[in-house]
Amino acid sequence: MSYRDDPAAIRALVREDAVHRDVYRSQELFDLEMERLWRDTWIYVGHDSQVPQPGDYYSTEIARQPVILLRDEAGTVRVLMNRCAHKGARLVSAVSGHCEQNLLRCPYHGWTYRLDGSIRTIPMKGGYEGTGLADSPNARGIVTLPHVANYRGFVFARLSATGPSFEDYFGASLSSIDNMVERAPEGRLEVAGGVLRYLHDCNWKMFIENLNDTMHPMVAHESAAGTAKKLWAGKPEGTPQPMAIEQFLPFVNGYQFFDQMGVHIYENGHSYTGVNFSIHSNYAAVGEYELLMERTYGTERARQILGEVRHNTVYYPSLTIKGAIQAIRVVRPLAPDRTLIESWTFRLAGAPAQLLRRTVMYSRLINAPTSVVGHDDRHCYRAIQEGLAAEGNDWVSLHRNYSAAERTQLEGNYNGTSEVSMRGQYRAWARFMAGAA
Amino acid sequence: MSAGADLEALTRLVYHEAQLVDEKRFDEWYELFTDDAYYWMPLTRNQPDGENHTSLFYEDKLLLRVRIERLKNPRSFSQHQPSFCQHVLQSPALESVMADGACWVMRTPFVYVESQLDQQLVLAGIARLHVVSLEGRLRIRLKKVELVNCDAALPSIQLFP
Repeated sequence: MSYRDDPAAIRALVREDAVHRDVYRSQELFDLEMERLWRDTWIYVGHDSQVPQPGDYYSTEIARQPVILLRDEAGTVRVLMNRCAHKGARLVSAVSGHCEQNLLRCPYHGWTYRLDGSIRTIPMKGGYEGTGLADSPNARGIVTLPHVANYRGFVFARLSATGPSFEDYFGASLSSIDNMVERAPEGRLEVAGGVLRYLHDCNWKMFIENLNDTMHPMVAHESAAGTAKKLWAGKPEGTPQPMAIEQFLPFVNGYQFFDQMGVHIYENGHSYTGVNFSIHSNYAAVGEYELLMERTYGTERARQILGEVRHNTVYYPSLTIKGAIQAIRVVRPLAPDRTLIESWTFRLAGAPAQLLRRTVMYSRLINAPTSVVGHDDRHCYRAIQEGLAAEGNDWVSLHRNYSAAERTQLEGNYNGTSEVSMRGQYRAWARFMAGAA
Repeated sequence: MSAGADLEALTRLVYHEAQLVDEKRFDEWYELFTDDAYYWMPLTRNQPDGENHTSLFYEDKLLLRVRIERLKNPRSFSQHQPSFCQHVLQSPALESVMADGACWVMRTPFVYVESQLDQQLVLAGIARLHVVSLEGRLRIRLKKVELVNCDAALPSIQLFP
């Protein structure tokens, strides 16, 4: 079967309360996702603190295409295709660096470009006189993405010429980024503490769905967090709780905890868990931090900001954030059954160093290739990837707490263990993959 | 430099430590470490510390204990099909003596293979053991494992390189 020219067949993969197994397995659907969903929506590229000075760059991929995030001479952050206008060579090969003399220079034939992508020099340029080069796309320099948004340091790009505006696409879900930024006494975040790059042998959507799946921690993570809990249980009362224990224990909280945590759903596949409280709610106070926050924002506003402890916010399809501990995970699909997850941590400008240590520890304990929590998540994703090869039942259940009312009014608060976030994701998926019915 | 060092005993410890992991004798392995020990695998080259920068491992004894007990837990789903590992060590060398002769640093280049049925992961790097003598016994205060490809995208590493 071919899905490419058959939007009805794509739409038929998504029911209100179930999704067809092909969405995780089909190479053709994966290719179409990269051409449609990942081109027509806003994809996270990087954080502007990764390129603090003019000429600084960071190279990555969005929708399998090589891009450069760089800061130009005026201080604006741009996203350029990492492709020479001449033969197509990737211009920068280091993950990050600085453009010598604020020029991008191709390693093959030495064409050079200004930071806005325009051609500055071509060696032996006379050889092009009287040829069609000047009127060709090659003379226009490096392709520069016109649709780039820098939202409080978080840089997103939309590859396609048409599609929703940044504001329309993310809407009120941007409040999670707001909260993360406002947690800095100086109102600014800086990437710090390194990046963990964890290869997953599963479809990217399993990871995204899991981020607001609150029915799995007490099962999948029983061996990790449950062991930590058991080891801690014997300690005499009043023994100060190490940060690692503080971070592990909430993973084995009961179903009631996760249900009452709540989930908030937005349009376009975005959502967050932790409407009322979250696994990050009971972390110990850190030194002078609250005082510093009150000094910046005033007592009431500071309390409001710190009282918002969202669990995971999904910026569908490419980014998930944990504002409460200033960590993000970036989704890079590689193949139908291969996904790279990058975990980045941030320093809250003006906050005590202890907060960086806390997020660095959390990322290591939970999101690293060496993490016992990560091992069990990844194991479950792989188990789904392999299990779905089984025929006889084509459907993956998304029924939990389904109500037909979602069809007319999706946005809003739900009980935390509802699978409504996944239903919202697939509703967006079908729209971007097949258009409105 | 090697004043006071029993090079033979230090070398034996290096091989013994790797062997205990490879034979999955984790409780015995755990006892090789001092109470304040760390098992550290940095995420970047020349990483100054494990607190202000993320690492692959930065485990104190409590976290090592969590890991070891988890491996015994019948609900460690990622180990229902168990992982096995093998260290292949180059000859260990006494690299330096610290703390006025009270701590010896053994440097050992290694290749490490971790397998799980049809999956096999090969890692290589330099392992350093910081060894002290406590009550007449050599103990490890720090095992620092620097991978050649510490910055690579990696699948799960479930045992102890």
